[in-house]
Amino acid sequence: MLILRCPYCGVDADETELAPGGEAHLKRFGPGSGDDDFHDYLFTRENPRGVHFERWRHAHGCGKWFHAARATDTLQVFGTYPAQTSEPPKEVLALIRAARPGWSWREFA
Amino acid sequence: MSEPISALKMAGFDGLARVEDCGLQGMITLRGDLSARAVKSAVTAATGLTGPKQPGPLQIVSGKSGSAAWMSPDEMLLLCPYGETGSVLAAMQEKLAKVHALAVDVSDARVQLQVAGPSAREVMAKLCPLDLSPENFQPGTIRRTRMAQIPAALWMVDEATFRVICFRSVADYAFNLLKTAAHPESGVGYF
Ligand SMILES: [Zn+2]
Repeated sequence: MLILRCPYCGVDADETELAPGGEAHLKRFGPGSGDDDFHDYLFTRENPRGVHFERWRHAHGCGKWFHAARATDTLQVFGTYPAQTSEPPKEVLALIRAARPGWSWREFA
Repeated sequence: MSEPISALKMAGFDGLARVEDCGLQGMITLRGDLSARAVKSAVTAATGLTGPKQPGPLQIVSGKSGSAAWMSPDEMLLLCPYGETGSVLAAMQEKLAKVHALAVDVSDARVQLQVAGPSAREVMAKLCPLDLSPENFQPGTIRRTRMAQIPAALWMVDEATFRVICFRSVADYAFNLLKTAAHPESGVGYF
């Protein structure tokens, strides 16, 4: 069972109280960009065995969207943080580097 | 005007705990910047709670004329007597006139249930993914969560009594669920 701490209400929410929102930190390419960029924005997703960044919504709680950094293989949670950010916070990245030397995820390592 | 009736017409059930429809309850949803002065004074107008006494995250507090429950970083639920909802709302609108905020009467969109008795914790714990142990959950705390397949908000009014608010459209489901969890033969004796 996955348990994530909602950064808004601070509760440790059971997975069944949450709704998954797919991969985090997707970059949208606006007017003037190429078809390939938009294709990747729409369809290309990471599917790692290991460190992953995801969007979750505290659907049965405060209703807010947030981000989670976790390992898909062990369910270890490195941290959760508010949705109003385009990249993981430094503290979370530091925790991942300490726990998983040599990891990488998109442009983060 | 039609006669307002509560969703379950005051139905009750006695088992491990007494489950009952609490009847008509005035409920106002307030959304906005909860730290804004105008929003705070709207909460004061509705409940009598002055700024510092208003609930923080996961708290429910009672004032002279009503209760205020923290629902999310930008939402509060205000409880008042059913018959006063209109006038309370009008008093709030006056305070909120100049800010971006929303106050709406949702009394008839919800149902309030009570689960009371020494096994009330156990009945609720069967249905919600929460730590309802006495060390973790006490009167004064409110949690929005999942009760089997539906959203619910619950809090305790005393050591042996829970109040639960659900959507009116699922009132029947919620009542049957609580009845099943409170079935006299289904005791677990965990707490
Ligand atoms: Zn939350």
